[in-house]
Amino acid sequence: MAKQTFILNGKPVTVNVNDDVRVLWVLRDLLGVTGPKYGCGINVCKACTSHINGRAFNPCSVRVGDLKPKDRVTTIEGLADGRKLHPMQQAWIDRDVAQCGYCQPGQIMAAVALVRKVRREGRSITERDLDTIRNICRCGTYTRIREAILQGARDM
Amino acid sequence: MTELHDHQSAAPPAALGRRSFIGYVLAGTTLVVGADLATGSNRASAAIPSGPQLPELYDLEDLQTDSALPTSQLITVTINEDGTASFELPRTEVGQGILTSTTMILAEELDLPMSKVKVTLAPARPELVFNQLTGGSNTTFSTYTPVRVAGALARQKLLEAAAILFGTTADRLTTTGGVISDLAGNNVTYGDIAGDAASQVVEAVEVVLRPPSDFRVIGTPKNRLDARAAVTGKKDFTTDLDVPGALPTMVCRAPEHQGTPKENGLKNLAAIKKMPGVTHVAQISSGIAVRAKTFGHCIDAIREMQVDWNPGTASGESDETVLAGIKRAELPLVVPDVPVLAESVETEFEFMFRSSAALEPYAAIADVREDGAEIWAGLKVPILAQENIAIMLGLPVNAVKVNVITGGGSFGHKLFGDHALEAAEISKAMGVPVKLMWHRADEPRQGRLHPMATSRVRATVLKGGLTGEDQVLSFEQRHTSVVTDFSHGLGEILTATADELPTEVGRYLGGLTFSQSIFTLTQELPYDFGVVTQLLNETDQRFRTGSMRNIYSPDVAVAAELTIDQLAKKVGTDPLEFRLKFLKNDRVKAVLEKVRKEGNWGRSLPAGVAQGVAIHKEYKGATAILVEIDTRPSTVNRDLGPETVTGPRVTKVVVAVDCGLVINPRGVEAQMQGGVMDGIALTLTSSCHLKNGRFLEASWDNYFYTRQWNVPPEVEVHIVETDSDTPGGVGEAAVGSTAAAVACAYARATGTLPKRFPINHDDPIAFKPKSFVPPVPPSPTNGLKLTY
Repeated sequence: MAKQTFILNGKPVTVNVNDDVRVLWVLRDLLGVTGPKYGCGINVCKACTSHINGRAFNPCSVRVGDLKPKDRVTTIEGLADGRKLHPMQQAWIDRDVAQCGYCQPGQIMAAVALVRKVRREGRSITERDLDTIRNICRCGTYTRIREAILQGARDM
Repeated sequence: MTELHDHQSAAPPAALGRRSFIGYVLAGTTLVVGADLATGSNRASAAIPSGPQLPELYDLEDLQTDSALPTSQLITVTINEDGTASFELPRTEVGQGILTSTTMILAEELDLPMSKVKVTLAPARPELVFNQLTGGSNTTFSTYTPVRVAGALARQKLLEAAAILFGTTADRLTTTGGVISDLAGNNVTYGDIAGDAASQVVEAVEVVLRPPSDFRVIGTPKNRLDARAAVTGKKDFTTDLDVPGALPTMVCRAPEHQGTPKENGLKNLAAIKKMPGVTHVAQISSGIAVRAKTFGHCIDAIREMQVDWNPGTASGESDETVLAGIKRAELPLVVPDVPVLAESVETEFEFMFRSSAALEPYAAIADVREDGAEIWAGLKVPILAQENIAIMLGLPVNAVKVNVITGGGSFGHKLFGDHALEAAEISKAMGVPVKLMWHRADEPRQGRLHPMATSRVRATVLKGGLTGEDQVLSFEQRHTSVVTDFSHGLGEILTATADELPTEVGRYLGGLTFSQSIFTLTQELPYDFGVVTQLLNETDQRFRTGSMRNIYSPDVAVAAELTIDQLAKKVGTDPLEFRLKFLKNDRVKAVLEKVRKEGNWGRSLPAGVAQGVAIHKEYKGATAILVEIDTRPSTVNRDLGPETVTGPRVTKVVVAVDCGLVINPRGVEAQMQGGVMDGIALTLTSSCHLKNGRFLEASWDNYFYTRQWNVPPEVEVHIVETDSDTPGGVGEAAVGSTAAAVACAYARATGTLPKRFPINHDDPIAFKPKSFVPPVPPSPTNGLKLTY
């Protein structure tokens, strides 16, 4: 059993667990951080999408031993600034996106990363960018997700 | 974009003509009021004119509502000391928004802000018998009046208590935001007067409901009450719950559909028990269960298990062999007695297996002890799960507590308690609490399926008939399907209910099987097509099936509406005009007219791009869908990487719905949008492939539900004016009609009539099937290389 240390939602955490356990299970089953959801465990459904050092990643597909002590992992629980929601979360509420809500933490984290990515590329988000999002919503809230991302991007 | 017309009819003058209802004040220290769930259900009692199909008079909504009549007990609303009202809804929230809409209904009658109305999900209540089933888009339709009665009665009793306190009469008091006031300036809150309003005895009281013209909450757009929790990660689903000792648990399942382990099937038990994190291993009826420190440890253990398996229930079978069996069971079409000049159109369609799995996989927590058990799960028929678990464990029903947890989607998948039953079996075998979760790979391979089916239609049309007008003389549809499992509980009550139905209806249903009854109660072709018959025949019970969202309707509607397009073509009439000409229901005509206008029907489009239109009448309402589809090679052949199915793209959808009285237009719009995505998937992309008794699909990149690259850039929802003063059902209303409209558009765009659905089912398999032994894939380790 190894000591695993990384920064989770702004605070350093240490967990005793083998290197090869995927980060999703460390978050959910050992640390009780349940915002990132399980939908497939093979980096397909994207329901667990979170951020590592500000970029989107899927904790179901990263061994906890591959995290470095300075790596900053942000889950949906760490996206808001205290009580003040992130503009993307606010957009999700304004558009009343969620139905069952299971995929939405991952959708929001993916949306924030996508907006940051296109900004790094010096452009704003397009319909074509929205088409590349792989996160599944089995309730079919895609139309409102698209509207919310455009609003969230304007406010970010 | 939603457009909402003023949909409420004017109230009758004064209170005259307003129906009063009976509610109950219950004994207690604070005010508790109740209403019978059967309150306000309108039975079909009118004389039945010749010719109509059964659903026009009495449909599945009525059956579900009437099923409760003799048995239902009270639902209750409590006014708490803090001025809030609480209510436990005997239904399940799976994303459809019923907690929000029920809160709105109560807030309306109580005259309380929505923030002071606390609606939660009731645990399994066996005394409700069959009045705790969430399905058939029935929740709002069946609970609207009883919930209002309880709310109105609570307000009435609070006013009466306040009148005594102020020395006045109740009719001189007003309520605002949970405060009762008189003209003299006296005020008292609901919370402060609730104790005075309480009764020591049970009392039946007559109550009159608020007229629709006074509605201030019902009919206005409201956001979902759990929206903030959902976007901050605080909304809890079953696997998020922290039940002491309930460690992660998964099951190693057979390679074949419904295969089982041989006796002492696990060959390397000792080695598995020694694996990191593993606490317990037990053989159960469906496989080998493992409980461990994390779900990751469970996956690792399953991948190492060496198990001897029995064959499954469809060993050696494949799509084509199952289909051949269905064809052998097809009922013959009657050769209609029509004039020699009449022309006949015959069509035949095939519908492949679909998975009804939600994104949240089957999950349940079970803590089984010697003398009792407690279960936590998303369940749409919790009473049945409770009873089955009690039987399995040999416990009395009241020793099994079943907590209903908000589900991460259902689409019919949670009608069955498969997950709760399995969790209880494992907890009993291991002697510890367990948190069971199915792996994604388990869902399409071992989970509930929409059955494979064929639908054949023979219709006859006479161009320029006796009157010079085109006439459709007959329309026969024969639907033949792998058996749909309805054993989730409505079955038992059907016989009893059918016996008590108005004679004509009861006679109509007499002798039908349960599936045939559901089919008959849901299918209605609202056209004047002469002799109309739609019949179901079922065969082949070897598959684990269930009611997927909209049950038979998507397949039946695709077949019927495609055939109607062929009839229109035969007589040289525009498909939309043809429908308008033969529709016999004004509500359906109105929604069709609406999409014609808003969708700019008939506009000029390039070759390979076409419009399609379809209607559907069910759930006490009507839906029309107009779509545009792009089948040009530049769209169809979009290459977005591996395991990414593109194909034709629906570029625009216009929905018009008349769903009766609207509680929450924003919720109605959401259900239409979601239903559209389901309909697109059913026609274009989503199916399960059976090969040698095994389903190939094991991932969301294998089972192609609609993804962002398939989503129409434009989706418009129009809620049209209605003269109905009761709510219909919206959860499924857009699924079948969208599936049909997309099929019609595809046929028009390509000039070919597709035969098999989804249309891509026979394309080369777009993925490499995951291994069957082991039955779950390993989690990748390259996630840090894929960040963005």
